[in-house]
Amino acid sequence: MPVTNYLILAVILFSIGATTVLLRRNAIIVFMGIELMLNATNLAFVTFARIHGDLTGQVLAFFVMVVAAAEVVVGLAIIVTIFRTRRSASVDDVNLLNG
Amino acid sequence: METMGLAPWLVGFPLIGAAVLLLGGRRTNRWGHWLGVLAPTASFVAGLVMLVALLGRSADERAIVTTLGTWFHAGPLTVEAAFRVDPLSLTFVMLVTFVGSLIHLYSVAYMEHDRDRRRFFGYLNLFVAAMLLLVLADSYLLLFVGWEGVGLASFLLIGFWDHKLENAVAGKKAFVMNRVGDMGLIVAMMLMVWQFGSVSFDDVLGGASHLGSGPATAMGLMLLLAACGKSAQFPLQAWLGDAMAGPTPVSALIHAATMVTAGVYLLVRSHAILEAAPNAQLVVVIVGAITLLFGAIVGCAKDDIKKALAASTMSQIGYMMLAAGLGPIGYAFAIFHLVTHGFFKAGLFLGAGSVMHAMDDSVDMRRFGGLARALPITAITMGLGWLAILGVPPFSGFFSKDKIIEAAFVGEGWRPWVFGIVALLGAGITAFYMSRLFFMTFAGRRRWPAHDGHETHPHEAPWLMRWPMIILAVGSVFLGFLLQLGGRFTTWLEPSTGHAVHGEPVIPVWLLLTLTLVLVVLGAWLAFRLYAVGPVPVEAPHGSALVRAARHDLYQDPVNETAVMLPGQVLTRTLVYADRSAVDASFLQLASGVRRSGDGLRKAQNGYVRTYAATSLGGLLVVAAVVWALAG
Amino acid sequence: MTTTSAEAALFGILAPLMVLAALGLLFVKRAVHAAVCVVFVMICLAILYVANEAAFLGVVQVVVYTGAVMMLFLFVLMLVGVDSADSLTETIKGQRWIGIVFGIGLLVVLLGVVASTSHDLPPAVGLEIANAQTNPTGLAAILFGNYVVAMEVIGVLLVTAALAGLVLTHRRRLGVHRNQRTLARERVAAIPQGRTLAPLPAPGVYAQNNAMDTPALGPDGQPLEHSVPRVLRIRGQQKTAAEVLTAEETLRSRLGLPSVGVDEPEAAITDGVSASPTSDDAEEARD
Repeated sequence: MPVTNYLILAVILFSIGATTVLLRRNAIIVFMGIELMLNATNLAFVTFARIHGDLTGQVLAFFVMVVAAAEVVVGLAIIVTIFRTRRSASVDDVNLLNG
Repeated sequence: METMGLAPWLVGFPLIGAAVLLLGGRRTNRWGHWLGVLAPTASFVAGLVMLVALLGRSADERAIVTTLGTWFHAGPLTVEAAFRVDPLSLTFVMLVTFVGSLIHLYSVAYMEHDRDRRRFFGYLNLFVAAMLLLVLADSYLLLFVGWEGVGLASFLLIGFWDHKLENAVAGKKAFVMNRVGDMGLIVAMMLMVWQFGSVSFDDVLGGASHLGSGPATAMGLMLLLAACGKSAQFPLQAWLGDAMAGPTPVSALIHAATMVTAGVYLLVRSHAILEAAPNAQLVVVIVGAITLLFGAIVGCAKDDIKKALAASTMSQIGYMMLAAGLGPIGYAFAIFHLVTHGFFKAGLFLGAGSVMHAMDDSVDMRRFGGLARALPITAITMGLGWLAILGVPPFSGFFSKDKIIEAAFVGEGWRPWVFGIVALLGAGITAFYMSRLFFMTFAGRRRWPAHDGHETHPHEAPWLMRWPMIILAVGSVFLGFLLQLGGRFTTWLEPSTGHAVHGEPVIPVWLLLTLTLVLVVLGAWLAFRLYAVGPVPVEAPHGSALVRAARHDLYQDPVNETAVMLPGQVLTRTLVYADRSAVDASFLQLASGVRRSGDGLRKAQNGYVRTYAATSLGGLLVVAAVVWALAG
Repeated sequence: MTTTSAEAALFGILAPLMVLAALGLLFVKRAVHAAVCVVFVMICLAILYVANEAAFLGVVQVVVYTGAVMMLFLFVLMLVGVDSADSLTETIKGQRWIGIVFGIGLLVVLLGVVASTSHDLPPAVGLEIANAQTNPTGLAAILFGNYVVAMEVIGVLLVTAALAGLVLTHRRRLGVHRNQRTLARERVAAIPQGRTLAPLPAPGVYAQNNAMDTPALGPDGQPLEHSVPRVLRIRGQQKTAAEVLTAEETLRSRLGLPSVGVDEPEAAITDGVSASPTSDDAEEARD
């Protein structure tokens, strides 16, 4: 099995995550889609590290994880706050930015 | 040399006065007018010191230039901020400061009850400063600063009582017509920069003799245009009559004695250019002759005492222009007449102011009559001024005006006959209208009305107003005689105007003198018969076509409006219409198009996070597709 | 480079499962199910990391993602409502089609990129040399060597994020703080309004059934509606006393014991939600 199969898997997971962001309305699920995309890129990083024999790819994946963790903290806090005021976790209910 | 260093202070004193009065605010109300009097008086004293110093020098050392420093560099053009003191400028300095100081003094009493007296004195000081800068400047550009300064002061003072619309309109009219003349001066300066690369008197006048006839004529005509604007000469004469809307001291100082003569100063100062352009010189003479007759004819029909005097001023400046155009033979006499005219015309205006003061600010001569008994001092001083302007020997006007008439008859071909006869005729008409003015005011039966139940009680003006009138009247009597004694005035001016050539008139001098006097006496006698002996109707009679035309200033305003204003208005309206319908409309279309497309794009901003995510993902898709295309 | 056949087998099993679980994210209705799907994907990813010679990352993946991040998700889900179902009907016009087209398009394009470039890749080196001193040691050398500044910045970011979480979820107290003493006073003062001073009765205790969702029986044998927690009552998850008692009766009869006669007040049993105004107050008292 060629190592590039891992890349193909990463691509599939990334596409599914992106589609989730576009299609789901529950903010928490949308957020999970984003996490899935991040994880897919991490898989690609790890695979590339293996292909090139260089651990830097893994280090970058590590950074991605930490940033994602920080992002989750803030993102979920926002969701909670919105839920508190609007009693809804649907991203479509928050459209105050419309022109 | 130290005394010549005073030159900047001549301008400085009134400028400081103006600054204090205009910026000091109400604080200076109590003593401001005395400061206003002090400033030109200080300049007069400084000028007197310089005059004495200058008389102590030999004739060829009488032009001193004081440089304050370089004003500016602009490429090859360098302009110095320099003052030129020579006989010509010092003559003007003496005239402006002496007559100016007297008129300031007169104004203290004349404007006593005006609540804006301080502002009035501020403007007057500003005028004196600008006028002195005009005559002392050593370059055309610095002269132009003074030139604009007097224009500004004139505008401010004509419209001084701007709560009345017609006064404000008169100020605007004077300002706009002066702009036309200023354009001439600007173009003339451009031509100078083109030809000489400099605007200083030394460079321009020194190089004028090498000038080609084309540029010289153009320059001369442009300077003439400038002079016409400032001096109310044909065809830019229409503003002077309306300028009488200003307070009478203003009319005396600015619109009789000094500012309106700035045009004559300019032409005499630029005599080298005119001498290089005989055609321009001829035009100057023609303009002078036309204005001379124009003013005289208008003056005969005016019932407004100030407007009659204004017409007379116009006519007398016509004499000066005529003399300035005659060449070396006339320069000195133009300036001579300018000085004597400054005295007697200022005196006449101050007298008119005194009469107005006595008659509740009425200016209608048909309602005066028999005032000699009520206002003896005014009558005597105005009478002396009247005799001076008539040219009756030995009053001032005789020595200056008759010399101009004499000079007009010098020459060859048709010119001496035409211009001489015009000048001669002008003297006769002058005698008629000035006598008319004098007799209508002071002689005949009293015609002032007892309207509104209360009688007008004419009373002599306060002493503060009387003294300036008396001093100017004395000047009108003796100045001409004193200055012409042994030709000392012409000799004095020689360093500035060149040697005065003496020519022989085409008809003998004694005959000319007799003819002039006969005409003058004839005019005065006619006026006496008509206005002193005969009854003067209170309402103006219908009169002949000529009288009616003269009353309406020979229809100068309708002519100007039809010939100049109307096409301009049509042009601007067309342009405005084109601007609105073509330029503006297309831009409005563009703007509304942008707004409509913005409205369309606004719909894309629906506020749904997922739509934005879709947009962003679409971008990623495109980038990835490009990467693929490049990789594949 | 190709992998060992063991790894190929692992991949062959895990990859389809992961894709399926990921697709669950798209199609399941309840957020909590989606969370479980994602947890599965992440654990599988951790395994694949280890297979890819990234042992340290594999452990971190388990600890950070499944241990911390996904637990955080579950906490939030509980706050928001564990079984709030998400309607799958689309509300933005055209969004579904755009999503599908973009998703498939992205898949196609990215696969195309991988396919067109994979044969240009150099032969895979593997990480034997880099991992000579164990994988974490190698990572640490790079992390604290080349990327030490980034590492510090990331630390600052984490602290900031923690503070942000605190600030964003902070509730400002409106009104005065109600301490125990004031609460007690209020409670005593409310007795005339029919409020009981004692705690509310605990939910049902039966021989065979002891759950929060069954009402207790009063001394008179009647079910006490307000003994069931209010949340359950509002959600309609409350059981009726009758079914429990029926079961109890059957048991007794089977054992030959005399039945306990209970008058069944039909209305009280069928009506799931008590609408009595006092019950809410009672609930608050229990809190």
